Amino acid sequence: MKLTKLLTAATVAAGLAFTAVPALAVTLNLHNGAEPRSLDPQKVSGNWEDRPVSDYIEGLMTIDASGQPILGQAASYEISEDGTVYTFKIRDDANWSDGEPVTAQDFVLGYQRLVDPQTASEYAYLQYVVKNAAEINNGEIEDLDQLGVKAIDDKTLEITLNEPTPFFLDALTHYTAYPNPKHVYDEVGDDWTRLENLVANGPYKVVEWVPGSYLRSEKNDAYYNADNVQIDEVYYHILEDQAAALNRYRAGEFDILTDFPADQIDFLNANYPGEAHVAPFLGVYYYVVNQMDGKILADENLRKALSISINREVIGPDVLGTGELPAYGWVPPGVSNYKGEQYMPAWASEDYADRVEEARQIMADAGYTPDNPLKLQLRYNTNDNHQRIAVAISAMWKPIGVEVELFNSETPVHYDALESGDFTIGRAGWIMDYDDAINMLDLLKTGVGNNYGRYSNAEFDALLDKSATQTDLEARAETLHAAEKIAMDEFGVIPIYYYVSKNVVDPSISGFEDNAKDRHLVMYMSKSE
Amino acid sequence: MLNYTFRRLLTAIPVAFIAITVCFFILRLAPGGPFDGERALPAEILRNLRAHYSLDQPLIVQYWMYVSSLLQGDFGPSMVIQDFTVSELLAIGLPFSLMLGFTAFVLATGIGIIAGMVAAVRQNQWPDYVLVLTVMLGIIIPNFLMANLLQLAFGVYLDWFPAGGFVNGSIHHLVLPITVLAWPHAARVSRLMRGSMIEVLGTNYVRTAKSKGIGERLVLVRHAIKPALIPVVSYLGPGLSYLLTGSLVVEQIFSLPGIGKYFITAALNRDYGLVLGTTVLYMGIIIALNLLVDLVYAWLDPKVRYR
Amino acid sequence: MAGITGKDVVLTDYAKKLETLDAPKGRSLTQDALRRLFANKAALVSIFLLTGLVLIAFFGPYFLPWSYDAVDWSNIRKPPNFEAGHYFGTDQNGRDLLARAMQGTQMSIIVAVVATFVSVVIGVVYGAASGYFGGRVDAVMMRFVDIMYALPYILFVIILVVIFGRSPVLLFVGIGAIEWLTMARIVRGQTLSLKEREFVEAARAGGARPFTIIMRHIVPNLTGPVVIYATLTIPEIIITESFLSYLGLGVQEPQTSLGTLISNGSQVAEAMPWLLIFPAIILVTMLLCLTYLGDGLRDALDPKDR
Repeated sequence: MKLTKLLTAATVAAGLAFTAVPALAVTLNLHNGAEPRSLDPQKVSGNWEDRPVSDYIEGLMTIDASGQPILGQAASYEISEDGTVYTFKIRDDANWSDGEPVTAQDFVLGYQRLVDPQTASEYAYLQYVVKNAAEINNGEIEDLDQLGVKAIDDKTLEITLNEPTPFFLDALTHYTAYPNPKHVYDEVGDDWTRLENLVANGPYKVVEWVPGSYLRSEKNDAYYNADNVQIDEVYYHILEDQAAALNRYRAGEFDILTDFPADQIDFLNANYPGEAHVAPFLGVYYYVVNQMDGKILADENLRKALSISINREVIGPDVLGTGELPAYGWVPPGVSNYKGEQYMPAWASEDYADRVEEARQIMADAGYTPDNPLKLQLRYNTNDNHQRIAVAISAMWKPIGVEVELFNSETPVHYDALESGDFTIGRAGWIMDYDDAINMLDLLKTGVGNNYGRYSNAEFDALLDKSATQTDLEARAETLHAAEKIAMDEFGVIPIYYYVSKNVVDPSISGFEDNAKDRHLVMYMSKSE
Repeated sequence: MLNYTFRRLLTAIPVAFIAITVCFFILRLAPGGPFDGERALPAEILRNLRAHYSLDQPLIVQYWMYVSSLLQGDFGPSMVIQDFTVSELLAIGLPFSLMLGFTAFVLATGIGIIAGMVAAVRQNQWPDYVLVLTVMLGIIIPNFLMANLLQLAFGVYLDWFPAGGFVNGSIHHLVLPITVLAWPHAARVSRLMRGSMIEVLGTNYVRTAKSKGIGERLVLVRHAIKPALIPVVSYLGPGLSYLLTGSLVVEQIFSLPGIGKYFITAALNRDYGLVLGTTVLYMGIIIALNLLVDLVYAWLDPKVRYR
Repeated sequence: MAGITGKDVVLTDYAKKLETLDAPKGRSLTQDALRRLFANKAALVSIFLLTGLVLIAFFGPYFLPWSYDAVDWSNIRKPPNFEAGHYFGTDQNGRDLLARAMQGTQMSIIVAVVATFVSVVIGVVYGAASGYFGGRVDAVMMRFVDIMYALPYILFVIILVVIFGRSPVLLFVGIGAIEWLTMARIVRGQTLSLKEREFVEAARAGGARPFTIIMRHIVPNLTGPVVIYATLTIPEIIITESFLSYLGLGVQEPQTSLGTLISNGSQVAEAMPWLLIFPAIILVTMLLCLTYLGDGLRDALDPKDR
């Protein structure tokens, strides 16, 4: 067509102009998925926000390439005997990008803003382990200075916790614990994350944000370890269509894809061997069963029939294709502070046909047969993978006498229904916020907002409370294991599989290590031509 | 004519107002809110958030607040992209969307008219068949599929154009998006042009002109084009709304910073302010361009009188 | 949303011609038109192909070894395999693509036909009422249509579908309710010219109620525009539906539609090409046939050549 010719002529000229510019900087093109809602660490909540934010702000602790907590802005720390008071020394060479030093007051400000109800932070509860954090956040205490985070001097910070918390250092790597530049905040308030005001204390600094298209960060020369940072410029590309993202990766426009369609794994492995990274990830994909009084699934036997008749072994390898590990228990394998044997119910090792037979028997005893099936609605949020799993599982339930009506809706509607209890079975997933079993188990505690199924067991709750006071990590792990067993034996929830992280990394990129948190700081990466 | 334009604009105002009102209440009554996400928020945090955005006020108060700030040109905050206000987002997205849409519209209309003329003059010869086929592809292939195929062909395999993205001022990056956007439009225009041209070429006065011995080319230009353009022009108004539909997909797939992409993200995430803001803008654009098309139409066809 | 082929223009043009002619004379129009339609080869082939597609879509599933929602655990994501009875291959859930394609075609046809029907009904009633009552009522009603033309419908459809969930019924109503404008305009024009004629005058003098007059004397004369309108609207609705499917707002699983199948297939165009190719062939065939049929009908019903 004429159109193409005409445009080719025009674009060849434009293209030449572009290639004529010499490559001055090493640029990393990272596919980031959704649009960040903010660059304010106290206001964000997703991994697509974590990526740019954690590259420009660093907490007291940061993570290494394998996701383990290491010292960040802190030069050292001390923990009191009883494990509740942490004292941090901030690095002398820790500076903001405008040259101002990073001070203990910056961290106090970050914490105070996090718990201040005015900030309306979605993730404030992650730091409820800090003394008075919960009370301030829900309005019981109005004086922000009551918070257990105090500046002893400019470079010394003291954090007091409610209880000894084995995962606290890990929690400090989370963006909710990041500092805010007090000298900027005092002038412009909440606008401090707008690009014209933004200062960074991390390896990069966000310099451009084109909503709908990309964010661009440049290397921060004021960072104490700037000499070892190899990539000069990072683009965080915003693109939610995964097929389009894969096209752009294949066209050489992206160096790293932070997710890819699971059903393309074979294609990727065949055509781009070694570039697809699939690694265990701390999270569980599960079905919530509504156990409120009067709901049909308040009956433990029915829950059992539903759970044992799911053939989890085919979900990861066959339905999804990426080989997610089947989940029979609640806490993902490899979680820290959780020594002991992985929970595995007896029925898991039985022959699948026998399990279906047992489930059929249970259903028949309750009066349901394939001819007179139990009709259930299964809700999930619109997504190809959720849909495939729902289709597969409803096919597995068909022979035991369960007829499933599938119902999908967008994410806000779906979770609104789960929260209000307006569902029978619903899909949910949990990616752990910090590496500790309690983060999973808390989801089944009575009265917790994320306990959508309203599972409730007094003994279970008591064990969790007990674990909070235990300082001996092995004894604590034992208590938590006991709690997990109670909930799982009662089929309080139906786990399906443990998540995997899915990245595609160009061979020219080194320093990208698969890790269970699926967090990867750009400062560890380098790019060869 | 001025009077007519003025009256048209005047009627548009209450319409826009009603549309905004309807949208506002439908959105608020819908299940799900901007803060329902993968994780349930503790009640106190949700309360903080709702208070922050005045969502805890009675609906009618919120409506009043929205309308009065709208009248001052303020579209309110965005809940999904909190670092920007809706006005800022629109200020970034609108020029881009307009540029993209306008380029596609002008290119497609021009190409469509020329292609239609060629096909009509060479009716039932090979240029006609080739054009008809190209045109049909443009109409029949859904735009998201076309976008994907073009990305694969020209981005991945031939590597002629970027498969997506946006670099300020780079025409290179806009080739594929504009093609996807313009093709169906050009296709429809050329189909209409071909049809009406064939008809006009068959009418008496063109035949008379030809018999007088003026060259074929001249006959075309002098007598046929203007009347043949009438149906094309009357399609342009409705054609705009097609372009709008297309831009929603194109901006999404090619990650372009336009308001169409905001609209989709915002509607799915219940970002009330951004949904309303984009709708208002789209409405404004469509009303304005329809008016423009009407005026052109009147210029082409003297029989049309202003009501 | 005017037409895939400039439906609005085509119909307005057609209606204008009708107005300048004498009142159509009942049967002879239909017979004449049919004769001319069958003389048009492209239209004839289209009719055969379309009839074939519809029959296969609705009756084919009874002859297949797999139903559209049955999972074949041993054949997940497999290309066409005649031995297993998966002639079009299977999808990511091990469901037979041929069965799903038939179900999807059914769904697309039903959505399109019902939505068209809804829009025709609204358009006819609205247009006839406007034209019949005339004067100020007419002015107001038509101004309303003018205004509606200028609204970004697709945004409203998306908002509606997002809000009220995605049932096929909503798709019918949502799409149908925004497609009626063109129809209303044309019917009004027809009514205006028809209502002055003797038979309408006579009926009115005989004390018939407006509704009766519209239904008995005016609506039957609208066959031509309605038929053309329908053939032009159906493809448009199929395309709109596929657009909504791409946004994840299509029909509810395990049911499917051509749009949903193609949008899923598009994602895996290279990894699993069969998931795209077969539904795309069906869609292209169907839309091509409808377009040629529409063109044929327009020529056949063209009052000028009579």
